[in-house]
Amino acid sequence: MYGYAFRRLLLAVPVLLGVSVVVFLLMAVIPGDPAHAILGPYATPENVARLQAELGLDRPLPERYLVWLDNLAHGDLGRSYSLNRPVLDEVTERLGPTLLLAGTALLLCTLMGLAAGVVAAVRQYGWQDRVLTLLVLVGISTPSFWLGLVLTLVFSVQLQWLPASGMHAPYGASGALDVLRHLLLPAVTLAVVAAGVIARLTRAGMLEVLRQDFVRTARAKGVREARVVFRHAFRAALVNLVPVIGIQTGFVIGGAVYIETVFQWPGIGRMLVEAISARDVLLVQGGVLVMAGVYVLINLAADVVQHALDPRIGT
Amino acid sequence: MTDPRSGAGRPGGWALLARNRMAAGGLVVVGAVAAVALAAPLLPLPDPDATRLGERLMPLFSPGHPLGTDPLGRDLLSRIVWGTRVSLAVGAVASLFAAVAGSAVGVVAGYQRRWLDSLLMRGIDVLMAFPYLLLALAIVAALGPGLVNAMLAISVVNIPFFARTVRGATLGVAGRPFVDAARLAGMGHARILWGEVLPNVLPVIVITLTTTLGWMILETAGLSFLGLGAQPPQADLGSMLGEGRGLIVTAPHVATVPGLVILLLVIGINLLGDGIRDVLDPRLRAGVPERPGMATAVGPKVGAEPTAESGGAVLAVTGLSTRFRLGGRTARAVEDVSFTVGRGECLGIVGESGCGKSVTALSLLRLVPTPPGEVDAGRVAFGGRNLLAVAPAELTRLRGGRIAYVFQDPDTSLHPMIPVGWQIAEAVRVHQGVGWRAATARAVALLGQVGIPDPASRARAHPHELSGGMRQRVAIAMALANDPELLVADEPTTALDVTVQAQVLGLLDRLRRERGMAVMLITHDFGVVREVCERVVVMYAGRVVETGPVRDVVGMPRHPYTRRLIACAPRVGEADRPLTEIPGLPPAPDTLPPGCAFADRCELAVAACRAPVPLETPTAARTVRCIRWREVGP
Repeated sequence: MYGYAFRRLLLAVPVLLGVSVVVFLLMAVIPGDPAHAILGPYATPENVARLQAELGLDRPLPERYLVWLDNLAHGDLGRSYSLNRPVLDEVTERLGPTLLLAGTALLLCTLMGLAAGVVAAVRQYGWQDRVLTLLVLVGISTPSFWLGLVLTLVFSVQLQWLPASGMHAPYGASGALDVLRHLLLPAVTLAVVAAGVIARLTRAGMLEVLRQDFVRTARAKGVREARVVFRHAFRAALVNLVPVIGIQTGFVIGGAVYIETVFQWPGIGRMLVEAISARDVLLVQGGVLVMAGVYVLINLAADVVQHALDPRIGT
Repeated sequence: MTDPRSGAGRPGGWALLARNRMAAGGLVVVGAVAAVALAAPLLPLPDPDATRLGERLMPLFSPGHPLGTDPLGRDLLSRIVWGTRVSLAVGAVASLFAAVAGSAVGVVAGYQRRWLDSLLMRGIDVLMAFPYLLLALAIVAALGPGLVNAMLAISVVNIPFFARTVRGATLGVAGRPFVDAARLAGMGHARILWGEVLPNVLPVIVITLTTTLGWMILETAGLSFLGLGAQPPQADLGSMLGEGRGLIVTAPHVATVPGLVILLLVIGINLLGDGIRDVLDPRLRAGVPERPGMATAVGPKVGAEPTAESGGAVLAVTGLSTRFRLGGRTARAVEDVSFTVGRGECLGIVGESGCGKSVTALSLLRLVPTPPGEVDAGRVAFGGRNLLAVAPAELTRLRGGRIAYVFQDPDTSLHPMIPVGWQIAEAVRVHQGVGWRAATARAVALLGQVGIPDPASRARAHPHELSGGMRQRVAIAMALANDPELLVADEPTTALDVTVQAQVLGLLDRLRRERGMAVMLITHDFGVVREVCERVVVMYAGRVVETGPVRDVVGMPRHPYTRRLIACAPRVGEADRPLTEIPGLPPAPDTLPPGCAFADRCELAVAACRAPVPLETPTAARTVRCIRWREVGP
């Protein structure tokens, strides 16, 4: 297994390099280069040229990329214009809340999606299946930012059960319980929308497995039906669902951008939106790069987990 | 085409789409929304951008403003209609752009299949390495906020979905003969791609388009919501939601109503998309896999009455009928089958594939998948009860307890991800209620008894780490776990090598004699019957055609089919004897004739064979279903 994990890690290197090239190129083609942005509309051409030379913007693209990559390797993501602090500091500060939100949502949507999919498959064409299929349809069709607003309206404004925004209460209560109260609404919003895809694929996977011979063998040896479904069929179906959950992480991370904006969650998503509005190129670059890296690593982990779960794939 | 029983009689695409009420509902929703949006300039709506400061933030159902007004006094209904127009247009254009660009990449990559393929697909891999929306954000950051840029960004991040699926479809098409023919005929690559490949991958493109369209509308609305898409005074549904966000406490309708419209529109698109996919995807057309239930459904004709003792027999089957309902057709797989298995006896059930012998075996403990299977009539007497009528809990206790099964293909009948020892131990545990340690010890002992060397370490192996013969020994060990009175072995050696077949048969024979266990051996091979069975039941087209002691039946078959079947089996020491095959095929189980089903293939057939044939009794121990049995010789 460790051998596989290592080989899989080596395969991720070119992908990560590709990601860095895309991010670099996107930021390099920005109309109106950073020198103009920094110096403002009244800068003299001489000043712009001098700053461009200072920033290395007069060098050819490949050279600029290598310098940028070298800095990146040393943990230098540049300096944010709008916040006037190193990008890396801001990104690492924001990474925790985003991972907390996305991780909780991923856990919730995985549990909801797997449970809904298994029930729908076992009760295929029954009323449970119909209700769940309808819920899944509504779930994948719901704009998460709208759902967030509606849930805020109901649970924060009307019922006043949960705080509407932020991660910590401004005064008074603090600690893990307080964060949990703030986390609940955004995480549930994000999870509801992402659970649909997992539920659909779980249902399909379970239906596929439940027809197989080894399920009949389990029944033929007198295993109770609940155990047939969970120990035998689900175990086999789960192997193919692990990569789906990995891919779904990408949607959760993306969806977090909306949710962080709706709930004023101090994460990377909200930072990115603010940075784009402020045209803070380096901050956008750093945030996107770090989240893409996280995503690549999560998919890598999902592959390794699938590998570990399935003894048929040799090491 | 009109005959509902013919295989080609599937409903056409439109009929299927119309029959799918959900898809029809989706079509109505999308059609209505699109019609209103298109007709916006013609509708008697106020100017969506006209501000009336005296009429700010009017609630729902206000006179003149059915959906109220926004903070600038603009009419919300009018703004939503015009905003829907923008959202629809942007979503449609984004999808078309992604479809065209992604399909172009996919078709070229799949057609060229060499360096260009690797290059393009590595590029696609890199795009897919980004979390979906973050790549769109990076593109918007580079190009600057705005509706066109947001649309472009959403298109680009959807290109990989099209490229991947279309490439897959193209790979399938590009290897087909007509593409080679076109190339040999001197057609240029561009003409082949346009004229031969593209029409064949078009369904895949349409499916991907309909399944991603909803997403693209959601995501472009999302970018507008974040303030990165439509910029004032331009407005789409997303930006209206974003502007209303701050008013969620004082005037919730300003944000919630546009969101509701998005939800409705996307639900409609997704319903329609699912319907279109069902029509275009041939795999889905063949039908979604049905989930077989815990036990075969039993028809009302099966009586629940307890059965009398059956004269020393372990098992007595009477009038068993099992059928399969497929679409509108009913296939009678097993029809009025009766036989008994004596205590400690080995009974062979023999016949060609499709004759109903496996279905007979599976029907005993109701292991025939439902749907589509159903036990229609009959009685399976075992231990003074009718197995077709016992409660599910009792059935579970009997399965693998007093009656155990060994299935045909050990490659698929063992759980691929669970160690074999665990699988055997589970069989012990569910019946004997012992701990894992004791159950595992029993499993290791059983593995030893079925002749697996070094059983303690093999118990930890997964099925794929064992040979086919070893796997079947594991399946036998599992069946023996609770000392069953009856072992049902369904073609236990068919999937194995010839040399291994003999070993496994020998093992079964030895275990049966050691334990005094009755065995019901299902096989298509009369050679196997001759070797290990004492009595035989010959089945053809779902019916029993002959029964009797193996020695008598082999020496003097009384049914023409039995005689042909014996002639098919190789015999030790008769290497020169020509093996003859039976000409023709058995009738399809949904078109069984009322008379002898073998008549069409039989050289003795006469007109009277077309009428129902009763079971006759040439000797006390034998039965045969043939009116000319006296003329059938060895």
